[in-house]
Amino acid sequence: MAKRIDISGLSAYYGSHRAIDDISMSVEPRSVTAFIGPSGCGKSTFLRTLNRMHEVTPGGRVEGKVMLDNEDLYGSDVDPVSVRRTIGMVFQRPNPFPTMSVYENVAAGLKLNGTYKKAELDDVVEKSLRGANLWNEVKDRMNKPGSGLSGGQQQRLCIARAIAVEPQVLLMDEPCSALDPISTLAIEDLVGQLKSDYTIVIVTHNMQQAARVSDRTAFFNLAAVGQPGKLVEVDETERIFSNPSVQATEDYISGRFG
Amino acid sequence: MSNLTLDKAPTVDTPSAGAPLRQPRLPRWTPLGLAALSAALGTGVGLLAGLESRIQWGLIAALLFVALNFVLTKAVEGTRQAKDRLATSLVWVCFLLAVVPLLSLLWETVNRGVTVLDGSFLTHSMNGVITIQPGGGAYHALIGTLQQIGLATAIAAPIGLLTAIYLVEYGTGRLAKAITFFVDVMTGIPSIVAGLFVLAFWIIYLDMGYSGFAGAMSLAILMMPIVVRSTEEMLKLVPNELREASLALGIPKWRTILKVVLPTSIGGITTGVMLAVARIAGETAPIMLLVFGAASINNNPFNGAQSSLPYYVYEQWKLGNEASYDRAWAAALLLIAFIMVLNLLARGIAAWKAPKSGR
Amino acid sequence: MTLDSPPATAPPPDADTDGGKARTRPGDRIFSGLARGSGITLLVIMAAIAVFLTWQASIALAENQGNFLTTFEWNVNADPPVFGIAVLAFGTIVSSIIAMVLAVPVSIGIALYISHYAPRKLAAPLAYVVDLLAAVPSIVYGLWGALFLVPHLTGLYLWMDDYLGWTGVFAYEGGAARSLFTAGILLAIMILPVVSNVSREVFRQAPKMHEEAALALGATRWEVIRMSVLPFGRSGVISASMLGLGRALGETMAVATVLSPSFLIDPSLLDPGGGTFAQNIAASFKEVSPAGVGREALIASGLVLFVITLLVNGLARLIIARRKDYSGANA
Repeated sequence: MAKRIDISGLSAYYGSHRAIDDISMSVEPRSVTAFIGPSGCGKSTFLRTLNRMHEVTPGGRVEGKVMLDNEDLYGSDVDPVSVRRTIGMVFQRPNPFPTMSVYENVAAGLKLNGTYKKAELDDVVEKSLRGANLWNEVKDRMNKPGSGLSGGQQQRLCIARAIAVEPQVLLMDEPCSALDPISTLAIEDLVGQLKSDYTIVIVTHNMQQAARVSDRTAFFNLAAVGQPGKLVEVDETERIFSNPSVQATEDYISGRFG
Repeated sequence: MSNLTLDKAPTVDTPSAGAPLRQPRLPRWTPLGLAALSAALGTGVGLLAGLESRIQWGLIAALLFVALNFVLTKAVEGTRQAKDRLATSLVWVCFLLAVVPLLSLLWETVNRGVTVLDGSFLTHSMNGVITIQPGGGAYHALIGTLQQIGLATAIAAPIGLLTAIYLVEYGTGRLAKAITFFVDVMTGIPSIVAGLFVLAFWIIYLDMGYSGFAGAMSLAILMMPIVVRSTEEMLKLVPNELREASLALGIPKWRTILKVVLPTSIGGITTGVMLAVARIAGETAPIMLLVFGAASINNNPFNGAQSSLPYYVYEQWKLGNEASYDRAWAAALLLIAFIMVLNLLARGIAAWKAPKSGR
Repeated sequence: MTLDSPPATAPPPDADTDGGKARTRPGDRIFSGLARGSGITLLVIMAAIAVFLTWQASIALAENQGNFLTTFEWNVNADPPVFGIAVLAFGTIVSSIIAMVLAVPVSIGIALYISHYAPRKLAAPLAYVVDLLAAVPSIVYGLWGALFLVPHLTGLYLWMDDYLGWTGVFAYEGGAARSLFTAGILLAIMILPVVSNVSREVFRQAPKMHEEAALALGATRWEVIRMSVLPFGRSGVISASMLGLGRALGETMAVATVLSPSFLIDPSLLDPGGGTFAQNIAASFKEVSPAGVGREALIASGLVLFVITLLVNGLARLIIARRKDYSGANA
């Protein structure tokens, strides 16, 4: 299932404002790639260009190429809807559908794709919830509203919902920033397990988290407020955190700015 | 496929797992093209079948557009996309279905209203005018409307304002709850019922005559809940810190309300009152029951029948001849213009005096 | 209207901790008394409406020789007077139902169009125009309905008669289209701006994060709306519809101008005839003699209208309260 992503010459705009500028990099399959950098450096925007969510924001526009294995996501005959089905996303704040039960939340994506058979849905829901380490906590309350769970459980529910449709890639936009430390740990463990099956990209503000969960790390920076964000370097996480090749990376990681 | 087999998770073949990114898609201009085609077909069918009403042509074209769009998308892009297109085209059709009559209403009113709307129309009453002949005007109705809504505002605005102050600044407990509930109930009173109440109370029970004031009372009943609601909203926007700061200075509560709370929200309150005035200015039914209508000028709203612009429109329409229709349209245009000016002014004030802290 | 009101408590609950002192200040007492008095005045007016309408209605009912609920007649000037509301109740309910059936789906469409479909630059001015249209007085709708809409509907009705006439409900004999169905169409046009404005505001408040969740699952735009916008807005749409229904039930002038009334219940909705509570009051008020119980009879029919609108509004409030309880976890 996991596929690699090759990005070349990618710029994203909000109206006439250029948010990220000319980014080229690769994301390896079956690994975790972390995006780090100061606020406003465009790492979240960049993440959203990888499943064509950026163009949903009013005025959002993208230039450049994003190749998923050998298919350009921005090709003229590519349907953004199928892109988003292939590349799942988990958001900063847990966002289970409030009117749906735990079960319905996980099954939502499958139902969109025309799977309505009860037995099949049951299987996938259980598998996904187990995959998200949530099954034991919710198996007795499958028909309760998803919004009744704790924050950490809600976020794992969202992960279960995302993996239920078996995406090729899983994008996570600061998935732990709204959670307490214990829930954060649970999500980090989960990310470690999921990487054997998925290509995972995670945006984080927390450098320890990047160091803990990721195999590769990309550092983004911006010259000044209002300037577009740029990719400074991308490398093995170990190297980025021990011996980065660019001075700005070292300054950021050692806490001298940002 | 999935290796998510943790303990006993069953493996399932999800048919959609390897869905291709590339799918056959219709070109971008498809909806526009279909719209043009449907419009042409609608006209063609209409002409061939000899259908007289343009409404039918439009309905045929709209149905064709929705159906063609669905069938074509289903054939090329698949069922999900077809449903999406169906929803999109239905939403567009809804929008057009609604906009056409509303624009027609405005167009007819302006177009037919300007024929007799001139200086003479604004300065003459219908006194002595033979109704099937052109001439005459709405001066008496204009006077009546202005006096009636003026009186209604003079009654409703203070009561509404003070009630809102009570609810926001003082109200707790059962009385406040009861008032809140009955304000809601009052909002839903049909204007004719408000008119019937004043008829029962003022004209039948107290045996007073028809007058502008009687009409104003029923208009005030319609206006009060609107004023209470909008003022309440505005007072709630005033941050509590302001009140506390003033009270902490040792300023009594009533002066805090008058000097701090009200000035902060005065823009929004004015807007609310003006919108309420605009709302009652077009009321016809209570006027008919209570003011009765008159052809000549009566400058005293407390004694004798008057007219009002909306009632004048009704009266002239009822006369049923071309000259009176012209006068009805002219008065309707005048009325709409008056209400629109009030609305625009109110919104202007709202934008100008909007409390910065509110949002 | 008592001035010695109980201690006034402010909504900033601890803003007035030395309430004992504030109570003794004359300025505070007068002002809070005025505010309280106004609120009570409002309650008194509501009570007076109920009392006077009921009282006058009872006078009329005592004289009525017909059955108030079932008589197909409105002869209030006759001696003894005979009148009943059967035709009016039928006409009011039927024309309002027609209006709701036509207006609610279209209003939801317009609301969705402005909140989710319209090009961004078009959405704001459109919302503004619809707002202004909600302010157009009913008599103008009535004038337009009588002089423009009625003549243009004849063709449509003949067409409906051709294809649906066999149902009886849509049979049409020709002649002026001054029927309950026309009244329903006009009422629908009138309540469109009201219903769509409220719905639009609710749709606009639908949380972005749930829309994004649906998008990220690979939902089409319609699926996003179905999964995240419509469930969120359901109670708002219901309350908007009820608001519209309240308007349609009590609308006087627009119905009075387009309907050619009669005291018969005609199975065909397209043929002229029928009446509504409000329309009947407007149409017959000038013809009743103050000597008899004509005015009181009209007040009695107004009381029924009053009660119906109260029930509709109460029901709307109940539905909304229920929905709030149900989706309370949403917070």
